[in-house]
Amino acid sequence: MSLLEVSSLGISFGGLRAVDEFNLKIEKGELYGLIGPNGAGKTTVFNMLTGIYKPTDGKIFLDGKDITGKKTADINKAGIARTFQNIRLFGDQSVLDNVKIGLHNSFDYSTATGIFRLPKYFSVEKDMDKKALEILSVFGLDKEADVLASNLPYGKQRQLEIARALATNPSLLLLDEPAAGMNPNETKDLMDTIALIRKEFGVTILLIEHDMKLVSGICEKLTVLNFGRVLSQGETSTVLNDPEVIKAYLGE
Amino acid sequence: MKNLNKSTQKLLTTIGLIVVLYLVVTIMEATGNLSSLMGGLMVPVCAFSLVAVGLNLCVGYLGELSLGHAGFMCVGAFTSAFFSKVFMNTIPDVPRFILAFIIGTAMAALFGFLIAIPVLRLSGDYLAIVTLAFGEIIKNVINTLYVGIDGNGVHVSIKDMLSLGMEPGGQVIVNGAQGITGTPRQSTFLISVVLLIIVLILTYNFVHSRTGRAVQAIRDNQIAAETVGLPITKYKLIAFTLSAGIAGVGGVLFAHNISSIQATTNTFGYNMSIMILVYVVLGGIGNFRGSIIATAVLYLLPELLRGMQNYRMLIYSIVLIVLMLFNWAPGILKWREKHGFTAAALSQKFGKKKKEVQ
Amino acid sequence: MGFLTYLINGLSLGSVYAIIALGYTMVYGIAKMLNFAHGDVIMIGAYLVFMTMTGSGMPVVVSIVISIICCTALGMLIEKVAYKPLRKATNLAVLITAIGVSYFLQNMALLIFGSNPISFTSVITWQGITLAGGQLKINGVTIITIITCLIIMVALMWFVKHTKPGQAMRAVSEDRDAATLMGINVNGTISLTFAIGSGLAAIAGALLCSSYPVLTPYTGSMPGIKAFTAAVFGGIGSIPGALIGGLLLGIIENLAKAYISSQLADAIVFAVLIIVLLVKPTGILGKQTKEKV
Repeated sequence: MSLLEVSSLGISFGGLRAVDEFNLKIEKGELYGLIGPNGAGKTTVFNMLTGIYKPTDGKIFLDGKDITGKKTADINKAGIARTFQNIRLFGDQSVLDNVKIGLHNSFDYSTATGIFRLPKYFSVEKDMDKKALEILSVFGLDKEADVLASNLPYGKQRQLEIARALATNPSLLLLDEPAAGMNPNETKDLMDTIALIRKEFGVTILLIEHDMKLVSGICEKLTVLNFGRVLSQGETSTVLNDPEVIKAYLGE
Repeated sequence: MKNLNKSTQKLLTTIGLIVVLYLVVTIMEATGNLSSLMGGLMVPVCAFSLVAVGLNLCVGYLGELSLGHAGFMCVGAFTSAFFSKVFMNTIPDVPRFILAFIIGTAMAALFGFLIAIPVLRLSGDYLAIVTLAFGEIIKNVINTLYVGIDGNGVHVSIKDMLSLGMEPGGQVIVNGAQGITGTPRQSTFLISVVLLIIVLILTYNFVHSRTGRAVQAIRDNQIAAETVGLPITKYKLIAFTLSAGIAGVGGVLFAHNISSIQATTNTFGYNMSIMILVYVVLGGIGNFRGSIIATAVLYLLPELLRGMQNYRMLIYSIVLIVLMLFNWAPGILKWREKHGFTAAALSQKFGKKKKEVQ
Repeated sequence: MGFLTYLINGLSLGSVYAIIALGYTMVYGIAKMLNFAHGDVIMIGAYLVFMTMTGSGMPVVVSIVISIICCTALGMLIEKVAYKPLRKATNLAVLITAIGVSYFLQNMALLIFGSNPISFTSVITWQGITLAGGQLKINGVTIITIITCLIIMVALMWFVKHTKPGQAMRAVSEDRDAATLMGINVNGTISLTFAIGSGLAAIAGALLCSSYPVLTPYTGSMPGIKAFTAAVFGGIGSIPGALIGGLLLGIIENLAKAYISSQLADAIVFAVLIIVLLVKPTGILGKQTKEKV
């Protein structure tokens, strides 16, 4: 069984058909790329997968379970985590707290326990700190644990967003243009990070990207979207040599 | 963790500051250096500080503007005063006062919870106007409420005293616009200060707990908070309910400081909600210590200006406008930076001045 | 006939709310701020009419014109001194400053005019009309108020739609930065909005006090809050919304006073507001905006 199976997904905004007849199959452990020109509907697909938009048609199955139209928070609990094209961190909180918020559903004590600082508060908080630092150290962010998230440099903010998503212990991680705004060196670091988290967290990844070097370098399979429809789908090398894809990217 | 230490330090300094101020005021009172008028304002200052702390939890941590916190204060004040008056002769002073606190706080929190369920679906200015509406409704209903107790039990009316249909010898507890009179005056400055410190510590604990972090995450970025699996409504409800409950504590203190309370626009209406919001904003959004200092200064300022008679409220309003411009106007902030009037430099100066006054 | 009388009086009160609500809704739409001091400009306007008309014996029209001019100037002055420096600050800072301005105006009036209530002489001497064989009497003030409100609404809607400054207003309210880039004088437009709102407040003040002839420095405060509620009710930022919100609020308030309880009328008004907002979170004519992800 595929980890993610999307069939005939579609959404309309008013009269505009933003995504139509979108099909996708991702197997466990794959690194899958979703590419396409600007405005092709890539982020809209992400928003439907994470429940931010409710799809007008089609079904989404995660690990065989129907998650179509579920609430964003519940979809996260089911196993999908994501990052955003325009970074969305909890800016007024520390790097450590950002990850601890990601750990929120994996650790538990009641609100009253927190207010009155009962013994459980201290033991759980200690465990959370430990786990959060462990995740941060994978990204080399553990030294900046106390820094306010909004004070981090751009590249590290992107990494923190990935760390926070991973803290929710997802089976599928969606990365929305992780290399946007990065210079070639930073992009290279990012590719290493992605390889590392696949190994460390055993997570399946679906990413949207414009940087062709990154896409062809790490993605095993690709789907190309154009005007809200699938243009081409399959192994990376095959897709990138598809004349339709070349036409869409380079024009005629 | 360094971060935690820093904020813990801040909490301890705030508590220290409150204790020192308490001692100074007590000594001044004992040596006859404090006018009885000023002395009488100490409990209200603490009561409003509590409401300001509660509102700051809502504005600063939940990130939602409430213009109805005087309403929650009102609920706390009236339910606790009602309780104290009904059981005036049946329960001894101390347990009755403690129970009054529990009941007043719980009722204010309950109202906060009930109001939050519909209200939190809205956001921003719409939420603010609905909280204002709720505050006005609470005030208005209490103003028209008549409750009496006699041998037959409790009588309630929203028309007038006569329609209660009481037996002779029955007692009217809530008397419409006259409110509740004859509440035992049990709030002392010491009790107020102790309560303020307890609430500060518990609020601090809340903010730095798993739930508190979730609340702040929702404030910072609701969509991101959803994508990491936080149940938004649940945490908004918790924070708003707590915030209302804290305002209720202030209400209980306030009600048991004066022997009669009425729900007028100035005591529990939107004017008061706005006053408290002014304390919160001037004290610094999200800064509990600031809320307390701003409440104390601004609440006492009109009294300090009493010698100037009619001009005092005018001066107060000018001070308010100038302070806002000084603190927020981008142009002035630039000027301040250039001439060394930054917050850090000023706090040093002010810090010294404060010590001299004490 | 009782019901009709209450309804017509409600329309009249609602017309006043609508005129005040215009000031709130335009300023909110264009400057994105709650001008809490707006209600107090109404009070100042009413005092000015009282001073010039009853105090100095000027003709009604002249005294109203003077009041409009003074309030317009006052509105622009407030905007320039208190709000303009805060244009790029947080909304909350501007809100608190507006509250400060509101206190300032109230206490200024308290100093100049004293706290004793003044009994206001109606600006309208016409006795009104009697219908249905003497059973239904409609006061002149009531009729004039409703007509004035309708004229103002139509004029303002025409102004916003068909004149250059009006188009600039719509552009600024849609997207301030884009308007700046298009060469629109944003500061001038905001100033104009305040001027119009405050001028209307003077008219509202004269009409309000002609129907409810007790004038104190706090007269403007509660109608101000209610008119703001009306603006939200109708969908803040929308001119027809202010009209609908204002009229509905006035009618509900008057009917509640007549048939339910005069003391609970305000509570009922606010309860209706809450219900409307829960069903339609942006008010009756408000536009829904969604955050882009």
